[in-house]
Amino acid sequence: MREVTYREAVREAMREAMRADERVLLLGEDVGRYGGAFGVSKGLLEEFGEERVRDTPLSESGFVGAGIGAALGGLRPIVEVMTVNFSLLALDQIVNTAALLRHMSGDQFGVPLVLRMTTGAGRQLAAQHSHSLEGWYAHVPGLRVLAPATIEDARGMLAPALADPDPVVLFEHAGLYNLKGPLPEAPAPVDIARAAVRRPGRDVTLVTYGGSLGKALEAAAALAELGVDAEVIDLRVLRPLDDATLLASVARTHRAVIVDEGWRTGSLAGEVAARLGEQAFYDLDAPIERVCSAEVPIPYARHLELAALPRVEGIVAAALRTLGR
Amino acid sequence: MSDPGRDVDREAGLALLHMMLRIRRMEEKSAELYSAEKIRGFLHLYIGEEACAAGVMRELRPDDAVVATYREHGHALAKGMSMRAIMAEMFGKVTGCSRGRGGSMHLFDAATRFCGGNAIVGGHLPLAVGLGLADAMLRRPRVTVCFFGEGAVAEGEFHEAMNLAALWRLPVLFCCENNLYAMGTALARSESEVDLVRKAEAYRVPAAAVDGMDALAVGAAARRALEHVRAGEGPYFLELRTFRFRPHSMFDPELYRNRAEVDRWRERDPIALLEGRLRAAGHLTDEARARLERDVEAEVADAVAFAEASPLEPEGELDRFVHAEVRA
Ligand SMILES: Cc1ncc(C[n+]2csc(CCOP(=O)(O)OP(=O)(O)O)c2C)c(N)n1
Repeated sequence: MREVTYREAVREAMREAMRADERVLLLGEDVGRYGGAFGVSKGLLEEFGEERVRDTPLSESGFVGAGIGAALGGLRPIVEVMTVNFSLLALDQIVNTAALLRHMSGDQFGVPLVLRMTTGAGRQLAAQHSHSLEGWYAHVPGLRVLAPATIEDARGMLAPALADPDPVVLFEHAGLYNLKGPLPEAPAPVDIARAAVRRPGRDVTLVTYGGSLGKALEAAAALAELGVDAEVIDLRVLRPLDDATLLASVARTHRAVIVDEGWRTGSLAGEVAARLGEQAFYDLDAPIERVCSAEVPIPYARHLELAALPRVEGIVAAALRTLGR
Repeated sequence: MSDPGRDVDREAGLALLHMMLRIRRMEEKSAELYSAEKIRGFLHLYIGEEACAAGVMRELRPDDAVVATYREHGHALAKGMSMRAIMAEMFGKVTGCSRGRGGSMHLFDAATRFCGGNAIVGGHLPLAVGLGLADAMLRRPRVTVCFFGEGAVAEGEFHEAMNLAALWRLPVLFCCENNLYAMGTALARSESEVDLVRKAEAYRVPAAAVDGMDALAVGAAARRALEHVRAGEGPYFLELRTFRFRPHSMFDPELYRNRAEVDRWRERDPIALLEGRLRAAGHLTDEARARLERDVEAEVADAVAFAEASPLEPEGELDRFVHAEVRA
């Protein structure tokens, strides 16, 4: 075991992939000379050269589209879009091309592309740099959507994502990059089909993903002090959702609180709630609760930003409500 | 060459010097306040590029509109916004120009027609086209000026905006502040054609490049450009060749450029350049210079005190203005 940051874990995963497979290249704005907007790819240019660590102009639609084409042409590109906010400039390529091609071509063409992007709020970057749009991507058939919330997942999800014959979108919450923790010398690959139980519990299930996992675990700790034993489920895979793990948990706890940094309306939290309503109706002892971001553009001022995002106290209160407390 | 000071218009020169000093000192203070954690989030300083905003803005009329990027403190100030409102915004206070909701990157002010700092590179170019379209259709004799970095030129929106503005002959002045680096990416590493003027000309938009460190030259170029636009001849593209002296933002370790390059550009500091010309022309005495500095210092101190003393927006107002409020 050794201590690494989430950032280093992602970098190590990319380095390993590029050493293992000549076809893997990293493409994106400032991934090379600058070292990545969030410092994730620092050092890769020096090891792999400009051909494979390729700085692109500011042209999200162009270079994401080029990544799709390169994948079609036999390469295994990792395309980094600085943040999910800027990925909207490439949404056409992702949704109208990458996600559709296999089905639309009658299984003649696949797009083995990994798209990495940062998401989330919490650093006072204001509305154009703070949104969580993972749920939008999770809406689209043809994409696999992953949200590594732990150092192990940050390290272990890339290899199976690159092995996937279809496009995978990987969301890294910006608040996690400095997270530090232990990692085995030779970490095992991660199952990118299954959710993970991060804390077993009997009384209520807290369902979450990405940047909210830490808050859910904190809430679970606070609930324990109040005599409530909360189970914490990290979705990890936002599409396709792992219903089995969710249903098994709710069958044990009979209560669910969904924590999602996205806006409530039309959210991933809404989808999870609908599935529980459809498939676990008779297991539930209380209405499902959702703790989401306020339905406002995320503001700059610290106190307003905090007020807009899911908070630990809000999660605790919601969990207590499911218990009639 | 003739005496470099001879053709300096005294009034214009002093006004430009004053404006550039206001921008410079406000931003130096902002950097300090960032370290003190009074200002947070992203802070992109304009230091080194002041002649661009100061030079262009002096040629505008009050009802001309400006749209800018996230590196827009200087533009906001030069367009006529108060330093108090800008500083309070960066403090996240409700007295800020955007109620503390936007911060450094999103300064807005309807009164001076400052239509925002936009933090999506290239995102505001189509917006400028639309503002121009509205003026053209409503027969309002005003101009929209759009400032952006050379990095934006690679975005599709630049090309779409150029084409639309030219096609519809809209009253838009595009000011590309070419500071040679988009974050860590040098122009030559991102463009197959680095002559930006040629790109504009490809859309039949008349274009010129000007020394963006020379506030008077910028002013003269802007005047010519605006004459064209105001005459109803359609858009104009101005490339302002400049340099940012500071890192891209407060997080940038500047691995992509060397000290020597920055130092070379610092020798062409726009404030020192203009000051030298004013002095050579006999328009600026030591005493006047010191007075200018004192005035600016007092204005900055006042803005900071105002921001410090201002209240925060009450948390209960978080969800106000997502939509227009219906008034009784
Ligand atoms: C669409 C989009 N992509 C990426 C970014 C991240 N980003 C912010 S500023 C910047 C560089 C822009 O350079 P330039 O246009 O030359 O302006 P400058 O910062 O030099 O003033 C980048 C890549 C962004 N804000 N928006």
